[in-house]
Amino acid sequence: MTFATAPERTTSMDTNLVIEVKDVHKSFKTVQAVRGVDLRIRRGEFVALLGPNGAGKTTLVEMIEGIQKPDRGEITIMGKKWKGNQDELHRVIGLSLQETRFVDKLSVSETLRLFASFYQLGEDRVAEIIRIVGLEEKKKSYVVNLSSGQRQRLALGLALLNRPKILLLDEPTTGLDPNARREIWAILLGLKKESETSLILTTHYMEEAEQLCDTIVIIDKGRILREGTLRELLGDDGSTGDRDEGGAGGRGTGAAKAAESPVAPRRKTLDDLFTELTGRHLDE
Amino acid sequence: MSKLFRKEQLRELTLAYAKEITREKGVLFWGIVFPILMSLGLGIAFTKKADVVRKIAVIADGESHGESNDGSDAGSRGANPEGSSRIETFLQSRTKRIEPNGNEPARYEITIPSEKLGNTTFIFEKTTWQQATVHLKRGNVAVAIDEHDGRIEYHLDPRNPDAQLSYLKLSRLFGDGGAATAAGEWTARGSSGEPVSESSGELVSGASGEAASDSDGEPVGDASDENIVPLTVSGTRYIDFLIPGLMAMGIMMSNLWGMSYGLVEKRTKKLLRRMVATPMKKSHFLVALMTVRLGMNFVEAGLLFLFAFFAFGTTIQGSLPALFLVFIAGNVAFAGIAILSSARTANTEVANGLVNLVSLPMMVLSGVFFSYHNFPEWSIPFIQKLPLTLLADGIRSIFIEGAGYAEISVAVLILMAVGVVSFIAGLRAFRWY
Repeated sequence: MTFATAPERTTSMDTNLVIEVKDVHKSFKTVQAVRGVDLRIRRGEFVALLGPNGAGKTTLVEMIEGIQKPDRGEITIMGKKWKGNQDELHRVIGLSLQETRFVDKLSVSETLRLFASFYQLGEDRVAEIIRIVGLEEKKKSYVVNLSSGQRQRLALGLALLNRPKILLLDEPTTGLDPNARREIWAILLGLKKESETSLILTTHYMEEAEQLCDTIVIIDKGRILREGTLRELLGDDGSTGDRDEGGAGGRGTGAAKAAESPVAPRRKTLDDLFTELTGRHLDE
Repeated sequence: MSKLFRKEQLRELTLAYAKEITREKGVLFWGIVFPILMSLGLGIAFTKKADVVRKIAVIADGESHGESNDGSDAGSRGANPEGSSRIETFLQSRTKRIEPNGNEPARYEITIPSEKLGNTTFIFEKTTWQQATVHLKRGNVAVAIDEHDGRIEYHLDPRNPDAQLSYLKLSRLFGDGGAATAAGEWTARGSSGEPVSESSGELVSGASGEAASDSDGEPVGDASDENIVPLTVSGTRYIDFLIPGLMAMGIMMSNLWGMSYGLVEKRTKKLLRRMVATPMKKSHFLVALMTVRLGMNFVEAGLLFLFAFFAFGTTIQGSLPALFLVFIAGNVAFAGIAILSSARTANTEVANGLVNLVSLPMMVLSGVFFSYHNFPEWSIPFIQKLPLTLLADGIRSIFIEGAGYAEISVAVLILMAVGVVSFIAGLRAFRWY
């Protein structure tokens, strides 16, 4: 991830650049969902798109994944546009959508096998993915019998099947309990450690952005308000912020913990920053 | 790997969809057991002789309800010139009295036995004209009888075939069969009983002709000089007409509901969107759905035929390969229509409406249960071009007329063309998300 105002960190000749979004606009009838967004993501970089519901995160991700066309602007993936390169780009992208429901009466391994066939992958990869997402005991269970956390891990497993160079996760932990959320984080942190996959993650949980991502992009009303590392966004005080490792989610958790201590000063959070920028909270 | 054909994808898609639908218990019931039960019910209903029970209202309030045939006043109602009531005499001498419960009126029952046509039981219930009118309006009785000067009047709706049949049997029972029409003295009545013109009449009174010589003759039961021969030759029974129609309907419903509704549901669940975000061939996905449906329909139709073969002795008199061909063509046609009709919507309620829009007119018009030749003449050429009509007629002609390739070739070509055009149009218009 690079700042648009920090060209020294990347250039158009940057061979590590995997996603480049240039001045992209998108409207739906009377709603301007995305208004002039620029974004550059490099190999291995984990980026969080953080913003409240309706901020334009999902629309931006949908344009990156090729299912929405920008009204204006340009998006290139690995230096290629979607038009004419769909088959090739689908092979390098893995994604998990909000609220996807798979076929109820297929088992975990059958679902993975089906998707593996789209990439000409075999049983070995299916077994490997089942291990990675920790669904060994559930591999013969029908999807309908999985918990929401297990289904989300299956969705993540499907996204990882093709060893994607780019992983797009749209609110992968929304609606999950803290334990299930931690399990997803663990898988993603393992991926970050072991591969050069780039990740774009949309979320409205600031803890998730803090835990997983190198760069956080705060987005609201279709515009990028601020972007950078956690330290860059919050300053030195915020960078050592009291994070909620349990991932309870929601705004102000770190601040709330700090407030419980009579001696600890209240640390600035991403929600505080968002409030400074918009006058609203992230979960509004 | 070929860009046009990816065998592994097609195989896995087909396997996955086959597992999806065969693991739903409801599919097995509605797809296989239900058509068999339907054919069993309809087959029994229309194959076995029926035991018919009809209630007849006997007007016994002594009021005048219309003019008699000779124009005289109804003051002599209820008795013939000799002073005896034909209906009362009949009820007392020929029927079995059923004792009333509480305030209910007395009933009289008579059964006309017939091995060939099935038994007919008439239950006569004495009632006032006012009550009889209510019963007629509610359909509780189809005919009310009255007597004027020894002549029996039959009050019925001439447009009601059941009433006509009851009238014919009753008039025969009273020994004066056909007299009413022969006399040509039909009058019509308004619901209040007053005479009105026949053209606007709601009920018709057919006054019997001259009283039969006596009511104690032996008109009850099959006439000895008649020889009724029920049709039992294979191919001429209703069940032989019905089974091909049910097969055609099964193909249509299975494709429209199974594919259309299934596709919309997958779109609603965002599963289509997730699948299309991979290198999956879109056409392979749809071809897999069609292949599995074809297989399911083959099993369903095969089981239905086996059932009909063992239960009713239904046979296939024509060419088996031709039957297979028309079966494939029908599946292609309805699969294409299913894909086209589900190409855009992401709302299952809209999908319901679309499927009903396509299927209901054909269910009614295409002669699945009864011949479409009962519809107006001008509509027949249109009805005969409907996909379900083409399919049902094609299967039927092979089953019961011994047809082969030549007879079904036009139908097959039209069905194939409908399917291919619909499939291509559907694929082009298809919304994956």
